[in-house]
Formats: sequence, structure tokens, C-alpha cells
Amino acid sequence: MKFSNEEILETIGMIAEGKLDIRTVTLGISLLDCSDPNPAACARKVREKILARGEKLSDKADFVANEYGLPIVNKRISLTPLSLVVPVADPAAFLEVARAVDLAGEEIGVNFVGGYTAMIQKGETAIDKALIAAMPEVLATTQRFCASVVLATTRAGINMDGCYTMGRVIKDIAARTAEQDGIGCAKLVLFANPVEDNPFMAGAFYGIGESESSILVGVSGPGVIRRAIEKLGPEADLGQVAEAIKKSAFKITRAGELVGKEMAKQLGVSFGNLDLSLAPTPADGDSVGQVLEVMGLAMPGAPGSTAALMMLNDAVKKGGLFASSSVGGLSGAFIPVSEDASMIEAAKVGAITIEKLEAMTSVCSVGLDMVAVPGATSAETLAAIIADEMAIGCANHKTTAVRIIPAPGKDIGDFVHFGGLLGEAPIMAVSKISADNFVRRGGRIPAPLQSLKN
Amino acid sequence: MGKNSKSIVVTVIGKDEVGIVAKIATALAENSINIIDINQKILGDEIFAMTLLADRANSSLSLPEITAKLKESVKDMALNVTVQDSEVFQYMHRV
Repeated sequence: MKFSNEEILETIGMIAEGKLDIRTVTLGISLLDCSDPNPAACARKVREKILARGEKLSDKADFVANEYGLPIVNKRISLTPLSLVVPVADPAAFLEVARAVDLAGEEIGVNFVGGYTAMIQKGETAIDKALIAAMPEVLATTQRFCASVVLATTRAGINMDGCYTMGRVIKDIAARTAEQDGIGCAKLVLFANPVEDNPFMAGAFYGIGESESSILVGVSGPGVIRRAIEKLGPEADLGQVAEAIKKSAFKITRAGELVGKEMAKQLGVSFGNLDLSLAPTPADGDSVGQVLEVMGLAMPGAPGSTAALMMLNDAVKKGGLFASSSVGGLSGAFIPVSEDASMIEAAKVGAITIEKLEAMTSVCSVGLDMVAVPGATSAETLAAIIADEMAIGCANHKTTAVRIIPAPGKDIGDFVHFGGLLGEAPIMAVSKISADNFVRRGGRIPAPLQSLKN
Repeated sequence: MGKNSKSIVVTVIGKDEVGIVAKIATALAENSINIIDINQKILGDEIFAMTLLADRANSSLSLPEITAKLKESVKDMALNVTVQDSEVFQYMHRV
């Protein structure tokens, strides 16, 4: 036999019990040729391009999933940051184009489109200001267009005016989507050092260094990693655990590589990259928190969580890098609170706090992700939380992000329910100590030193 | 074996009974799927486990359709049937 029984059963087990799946097949589409000062013309060009490039995405993804027997959970589109496409400083123009994008996304059957994006790490242009001014209405009145704003990079430092602006924008979005617990905020990601080829939502946008169109694949399989560690038993030392994670990550990544290459071939575009991130879903067994638990922590958030997560994140990368010819994107472990059953539980009993999450984000992908806080949290406090997360990204040369939801009318002990992949979350406590005067100073925190690092 | 041979891996696991191999083999033959290799064991006393490599180049059925046909052929038995493209195993287990 070409494959041994053990190999075959291992793979079958990964899919059936470990819930191995292709988390997302995201088609990146450049909109640089759609720019037009006339908003109606711009909207039409953008719509036509999305339809032309993406109309086969959903069918082809279903075809490839069936052919290989590997589930593809989400089909998505990422676009050139809209601030580079709409050349007029008018919020109404952004609203018009955003609505066209939303409808085009619906037409081709994708659940999220990324790219309502501005990059203001060093300052805002008049166009950026218009995009941000229209953002609350865009997120409140469209279904699937996701927004992101770059507030910091290691080279530029942190735009504190931008952090404060976004604190206020988040409050506005929450108020406009109050009936759904502020769900609009779940479609907004604030970044330090973002990557330009991220397939995962809500933070995906298609960078200007990318090709005309390409396939970006996000694989996942926290359940597979958990099962591999479980098999080792409690006696295995952490070196052996790291080794088991690497081997599983290799196999998961190979599945993604196979699907990515086939998708690119089917759609006649290049295979952009494979993102090795361990991304959870609210489904049972599909949890990154449970991987930490099987490593020996009673709950995520326990002392030792940062160390365990660093090892997990690193071992996933080491295993995955050799498995694919084009690793990119975020490539690390995600710890979104509302989308992970074990994280939800830990937040509910107070095992994990915003402060501990912040520490954990210094060693893994993304950052404060899908964190629900009391609706009364001020714009200044939100800005300060955002700035802290940006600082971790800046100082560590890595991507960090904030997706925070100040749920209107909710307080500690309450729950927010978003449904679907966005899940549900308990409201987490926010420090009552004021950072108002620090935030109101505004300006820019200079780029951190790149030498004398001791 | 390249993509053109379109080989698949079938696994059948569950309670042992008389005639499982025959039923699966018949269902494959009826749909022009050629068995290349077959491996069958009884684990413990009564757990039937079979892995089978087959070529579906001459079959017009898609992978989910093949799965449905095989499941149908043993529907009265307590068995779990999966069908995967062999390239998945090639990618995962061979560098």
C-alpha cells in the first residue's frame, strides 16, 4: 500500500475529530485601476472588478473542497485599501463605494470583504479623514464590508491622535449598532505593523505590493494540535510537546498548500500565500484555549499562559514553514475571546483579564481580539487600551491589533451575542484608572529605537 | 501517481460483519472505480478496519457522490465510510 494504515487513519481522524479545515480561501483583488473622482463611476468600476474576478470563487471553492474532501469554511475577498482607491475627500463618496462593495460581495456569495482601510500611522490625509468620517455609517449599514485602520508601525511610531479618533469612532459605531450589542465594532480592526497579505477577517486588506489578484489561504486546526498533544500524555516534557505541535502543524499546512495551489489553478490567479494561523471558532473542539489547557493549564489566563502560548505560536511556525512554498500573512495563534469556547469560559470566571490578554498578545498573532467591554467605557480609555496594544506591536516588530466592542448598555456580568463565527462573550472589566490627560495630549509617539537593545 | 490518475483512499471502520468487502467492492465496480490496493484487518475481536486505494479516472462521479454510493451500499451496517483524494495523503505524509 502506498500509505500505511496509521497515516490514513491519522488524516481521517484530523478531519473528523480534529476538525481540520481550510478556515478561509480569500481572493485578493487589486482595485488600483478602479480609482475615479466621480463616486458613482468609482463604485461601478469597483463593483465590476469584484464581480469579474470573484464570481467563480464560491463555486470553485466548493468544487475543490469536494474534490479533496477537505472542508473550506469561508470564502472571502480582500481589497486594496479604499483610501487609495477613492480619490475624493468626501465621506459620501466612501459610503457610496462601500455600499457597492457590500452588494458585490453579496452577489458573489462571500461572507466578508476586507479593505475599508486607511493607513494613518504617521498622520491623516484629507481622504483618510473622509474615510474615517464615513466609517460608523458604513459599518452600521453594510453587512460584510470590514474596516481596518493602521495606527502604528515600528518605523513611524504611534499616531496618538489617530488612537483617540478611533476611540471616538468605536463609540459611535457601537451606538449605531446598539441593538445588536455593538456588532459594528466586530468589523473594525486597528493595527500596528499589519501584513498586506492577511487572509483572515476582519483585518484583511490587499496591499499595494501584491499582484493583480491572488489566492490567500488561511488554514486552521487547533483541534488537531490538541489531539496530538493529548496522545503524548501528561508525562511528556515540553520539548516533546513542541515537537508534536511542529509535526501536526506541518501536516495541517500541507493540506492548506494543496488546496491553495488548486484554488489558484482553478481561478487562474497566482497562489499568494498560506497563513499558518491557528484560528479558533466557537464550535466545540475548535479552540486555541483548549490547546493551552491540554498543555497543562487549568484555563487560559492562568500563570504560565504567556509561556505556553509563545511555545505554541513558535512551534506552529516552525512546523508550517517547511510545509509550504509561500508562507505569509499573520502566521501565528489567534486568541479572540468571543470566538473560542475555552476563552469565553475563562473570561466568564475571570481567569483571563484584559491585562493578561495584553501580555499574551506580545507572543502571538493579533492582539486584543473580540473583547467586549462595558458600554460606559470612555473614548479616552479605549484610546489608551488601543495605544498599549500598538506599543507592544511597535516595540516587538510584530503585528498587533485591537478589535474591541464597548457594548451599549452592558456591564460586567452581562453577555454580548453576535452569533455565527463572531460568537458571544462576557463583558470584561476595564481599569477605572484614568488615562484621559495622557490621551488628550495627542500627537505622535516617536518610533522606538532599533539599536542599543539590552 | 500524478493528479491524472485520480486515485482515492477509502476507509471503512466499524462493527465486523460478513460481506463488507464484497459490498464495497461491488459498489466501486458498479461505478467504474478500479481497486489498486486493499488492506483489511480485524482490530481486537470485532472492529473491522479497511483502507483501500482505488483509481476513479474512469468514473464520472464526484468525490461526494462516490462517498454517498459507498455509504448506501453498507447502509444497514454499523460502519463509518470516508473517501479522500489520495493527494491529500501524499501532501501530508510524504515530503
